[in-house]
Amino acid sequence: MKKIIRIDLNGRPREDAVADNLLLIDYLREEVGLTSPKKGCDGGECGACTVLVDGAPRQSCLTLTVTCDGRAVETVEGLAAGGRLSPLQRAFHEHLGAQCGYCTPGMIMAATALLRCNPRPTKAQIRAALAGNICRCTGYVKIIESVEAAAEATP
Amino acid sequence: MSEPMPDFVLLRPGSLDEAVADLERHAGSRFIAGGTDLIANLRRGLVESEVLVDITGVPELSRLQLGPDGLVIGAAVTLARLAAHVEIGRRYPAVAQAAEAVAGPGHRTAATVGGNLCLDTRCLYYNQSHWWRQANSFCLKYKGDTCHVAPQGARCRAAFAGDLAPALIVHGAEVEIAGPGGRRRIALEELYRNDGAAHLTLEPGELLVAVHLPAADVLSAYAKVRVRGSIDFPLAGVAMGLAPDGGGHARLRVAITGTDSGPILLSCLDEPWAVPPDSASLARLDKLVQKQVSPMRTTTASSHYRRLAAAALARRLFSQLAARSEE
Repeated sequence: MKKIIRIDLNGRPREDAVADNLLLIDYLREEVGLTSPKKGCDGGECGACTVLVDGAPRQSCLTLTVTCDGRAVETVEGLAAGGRLSPLQRAFHEHLGAQCGYCTPGMIMAATALLRCNPRPTKAQIRAALAGNICRCTGYVKIIESVEAAAEATP
Repeated sequence: MSEPMPDFVLLRPGSLDEAVADLERHAGSRFIAGGTDLIANLRRGLVESEVLVDITGVPELSRLQLGPDGLVIGAAVTLARLAAHVEIGRRYPAVAQAAEAVAGPGHRTAATVGGNLCLDTRCLYYNQSHWWRQANSFCLKYKGDTCHVAPQGARCRAAFAGDLAPALIVHGAEVEIAGPGGRRRIALEELYRNDGAAHLTLEPGELLVAVHLPAADVLSAYAKVRVRGSIDFPLAGVAMGLAPDGGGHARLRVAITGTDSGPILLSCLDEPWAVPPDSASLARLDKLVQKQVSPMRTTTASSHYRRLAAAALARRLFSQLAARSEE
């Protein structure tokens, strides 16, 4: 069975007919073509598929698309306004926060949610905000430094 | 996890009566809220349902009311919302700490209080893919006839791993339940029975509406031991409530999760305990915990380790709360 949903995706309104059992990650990757949310564990454990729903981090592999009707969904594709990287994206690039890069979109979305409500987080707050994002390269030191650098770079 | 999502119809009622009626109308249907446990279980073939009833659109289930007489937490309040409530963290610290200790931030924004209280029990032999379980002839909890943890036993030993239940129990929580037969209210500990395959005492068609807590009258704390400090379910989790009498003694209430098929409310705590505790009374508490929990080989950590961990957490919390009671 399908339902018509209206969502605000990266700042643009969309209307789609989606199946009741369609997961948000499959909607984003397969139907819209936004491939930044990654399937890591594909079971809600690794955080590589993290997107923002109404500004809050969510595992898109555990979210039914129809429950996002009327909400705002954000992925990494929506962060670079006018083609310019966001301060957080730039910090990940400059401070080697991305290693193999697979967990990076999830890390960036979780950290984006943190910095919006807490622009000057402590190291402990950064670690807590990224607790649900697992990096198989174990590059956490550089990832946390990147988030700290983005916070410092933002006036 | 490579299994596709099974097909189902999602109903989205706007009222509690409608939700209860939807469930009654469709045989084999289930309620869904945050879905953080249920969606993974649906994909693993641990749950089958052709109709899911999404209750997150029912306004009554999202109320969070803190007053002088106590606290009412709607069943669909998210763990993130509960954990972020500063005044709840001050008056009911164990509850806020337990909410904050569940999984990661991306789960807590979706996962609900009712979902955490009704969390399915977990086991090494159950939370696996369909082909893994099939290769093992399934298990007593689902589709099989043997419990691989205790093959001689007649019941499933899967462990309940909800963090919130023990924290709410030490604060004297009651749960409000709605169903085809109307509403009822029971002590939270009565929501559970010690059977991993059927650990909830909810009748068919019933759902949790809210948790009711009396005005906070204890100092409390929650702590858990897990494989990874960032996201995991508890290998053992302990909540403690301590009510000082002002005369160098205190009453204790201790509830434990992660070790049995439902949360354990520690008994034999009727006598007042000296505060601060000496090493003999910490040893006595340690022994009480070790005697009353029954962890089995349901996790990768050994059952002996989980028993010791539960006892160690209880000792640590007692010392911490006793120190706080003297501040």
